[in-house]
Amino acid sequence: MKKNKALSKSHRYMESVPKMKKIMRNYYLKAKYARYFGKKVAWITSGGPVEPLIAMGIIPVYPENHGAMIGVSHTGAKFCEVAEGMGYSGDLCSYARADIGCSVAGGGPVGGLPKPDMLICCNNICGTVLKWYEIQARRFQVPLFIFDTPFVHTKFTKEAKSYVDQQVKDYIRFLETVMKKRFPYDKMNVVGKRSVEAMGLWQQILDTAAARPAPFTAFDAFFHLALIVTLRGTGTVLRYYRFLLDELNRRVENGIGMVENEQYRFLWDNLPIWHRMRWLSKTFAARNAALVADTYTSAWCGTVDYIDENDFLGSMGEAYTRIYLNIGVDKMAEKVLKMIDKYHVDGFVMHSNRSCKPYSFGQYDIQKIVQRERGLPVLILESDMVDPRKFSEGQVETRIDAFMEMVGQK
Amino acid sequence: MNASEIIGKFRFAVENPFETARQLKEDQQCPVVCHTCSYFPEEIVLAAGAHPMRLFGQSTSIIRADAHIQAYSCSLVRSVFEDALSGELDFADVMVFPHSCDTMQRLSDIWRLNMKNTVHLDLLFPVHLKSEAAQDYLKAVLIRFQRELEETLNITITEHAVSEAISLMNRIRHALHSLYEIRSRTPLRISGSDLSYVVQGTMILDRNEAADLLEQLAFSLEEIRPSAESPGPKRILLSGGVCLHPDIHSIIEEQGGAVVWDDLCTGSRYFDTPVSEGPAPIDAIADRFISRAVCPAKHSGITRRSEELSELVSKYNIDGVIFLFLKFCDPHGFDYPDLKTTFEEAGVPSLLLEVETGKPVDGPTRTRVETFLQILNQGNNLP
Ligand code: SF4
Ligand code: SF4
Repeated sequence: MKKNKALSKSHRYMESVPKMKKIMRNYYLKAKYARYFGKKVAWITSGGPVEPLIAMGIIPVYPENHGAMIGVSHTGAKFCEVAEGMGYSGDLCSYARADIGCSVAGGGPVGGLPKPDMLICCNNICGTVLKWYEIQARRFQVPLFIFDTPFVHTKFTKEAKSYVDQQVKDYIRFLETVMKKRFPYDKMNVVGKRSVEAMGLWQQILDTAAARPAPFTAFDAFFHLALIVTLRGTGTVLRYYRFLLDELNRRVENGIGMVENEQYRFLWDNLPIWHRMRWLSKTFAARNAALVADTYTSAWCGTVDYIDENDFLGSMGEAYTRIYLNIGVDKMAEKVLKMIDKYHVDGFVMHSNRSCKPYSFGQYDIQKIVQRERGLPVLILESDMVDPRKFSEGQVETRIDAFMEMVGQK
Repeated sequence: MNASEIIGKFRFAVENPFETARQLKEDQQCPVVCHTCSYFPEEIVLAAGAHPMRLFGQSTSIIRADAHIQAYSCSLVRSVFEDALSGELDFADVMVFPHSCDTMQRLSDIWRLNMKNTVHLDLLFPVHLKSEAAQDYLKAVLIRFQRELEETLNITITEHAVSEAISLMNRIRHALHSLYEIRSRTPLRISGSDLSYVVQGTMILDRNEAADLLEQLAFSLEEIRPSAESPGPKRILLSGGVCLHPDIHSIIEEQGGAVVWDDLCTGSRYFDTPVSEGPAPIDAIADRFISRAVCPAKHSGITRRSEELSELVSKYNIDGVIFLFLKFCDPHGFDYPDLKTTFEEAGVPSLLLEVETGKPVDGPTRTRVETFLQILNQGNNLP
């Protein structure tokens, strides 16, 4: 396979990037000095219902996002080792290990997370967060709210529906107790509408990559994702995503792709390998391949159809329960097939992520379904999203080359 | 039957679970309902005239399952699935997956996609057991399970039948508890490995038969007069998920120790609390799930597990704790460091072992157990 060595930089430049960096910097600063502004901080899981926090004026902080930053800044091994020294097995999720390690050792990419006043854990992504938040609740001695979302293997039962709806009410009561003030339902309406709009915008942003060449890739989506995760429900997200969408649309109109000679288009599955983002993106780009879409970033808009924007609280229980990681493997495969068609991809790259069992177990069966239904080549890379000790560049590159050969023959 | 004959029956069931199940099915002409977790309403299955059976995984080499689940899943899941794929579970009519951990939850999906000959049910228990909402939901899940089982087996499950099954299971719980108490008082009366065969075998054998055998066993063990146990073995608490390693007990016993209680789902967590007998039997089953010893895959407050374990340590005069986990088991792995610290602060030493089902205890693990016991024994001689 011929490799395209000359990657020009200009086509990769996006005005949105520095803007986004600035927003995130401000967000972390504000979170860090929350106390000076008389604000409270809640740690919340990435799939957790953040909107009521925003409505309450509580600053949400995401240990998983922090874990990703630790991965990107190549300090994953260091902090994981701290946790392992405490007795946490090296086979546990590296977000949890990195966060626990960092909260003990201090430091890290943003100088450590601000201490939480409360913890909000939603197990719609995994059972790991439950254990992780229990540990941090003992450590910080702060109230913990658990939003328990029954798994949807095949159906979302009516019992499950009333269970999650009841928990929405419990959640509000929890916040009222911790904050010693009434919940602002009027504000919640505004936040709910903004959140729905943000999810819609995020979907439109991801959809621009259906164009050929794709104006941005999954690697960029991983970066821009931080806002829909952390600040969904705020005006900042809306303003930023409108700006980003405009920029992407312009790129589409002008035929500017992120990968200069985009020849092959792939779909990515599972979390990014945060510590090898640049390397992977270069490695694929050098082979004229663009990862145009992924199953991960779309999780933050995948359930927008279940939400009634005029009754956010009444519908969010269901929406939060039916997210991508909380549904059966066959349902996941259906979504994958839809994405394959929508983004016109030539191959499927699956990250078998040792950290994330709920995301990774079942991949082999999804692989078989994709091969059967679409006849696409599938590449499985075993690695870990934050812990670089589980990654071998040489091995991965060889596998990518073999995969490219298969794709080329199609 | 004397004690060793009875133990032999349980041991046979543990070592030949599928043969036992096939035989039972043939003799009794009843459907077999297999499952994978100690949070399982055996009473409802019994009331349906079916036989509940917990799977532990027999396959020692994983070949077929490797095509479906990565090697970084726990060996229990891989081995149970290997059994299924190689046709060993042909006797199972219904397969039930109670929600426990992420790995088991995904196994349920993979199983459903690949095993087409059994009826597949998911028991979507809450993970949070403490809130009122969760308790209502738990009851609703049990009622749904009852209905689904009725539809599957084309029968009606009466309240009376559930109550009878509760009495039967309470007999079993009571008898197992007595056996544990006997062992805890005078460990020489029954070896740790024998007792572990007995608990595990109970989850496989016909429950009526098991209840009778357990009661007889308790009776005949009381009769045994062991030679004086002085100064008495070091008293060990074994804590973890499933323990399918009888050899651990012999290693401990060779070094002058004895597991005098455990916190295992193949041990005391199976029988620790009776279901209250009276009206509303389904509610009573739910109440037991809430009040029994909590498993790390469930939430019942942030300190409940350490409180429960500390209670066991003081109640049974524990000298040392051995944590026995399956490699890649997340729920136990996350709980371990804080539990270890709790015991350290209380002056109770602990040891962590990671094992895999189907593999005998390896040399290094054996050495670590031996060293641990030696250190405990030296503690004796300190002034
Ligand atoms: S990476 Fe997976 S296991 Fe870890 S917190 Fe996220 S969803 Fe949970
Ligand atoms: S041993 Fe642990 S990881 Fe395996 S099924 Fe049990 S709880 Fe899950």
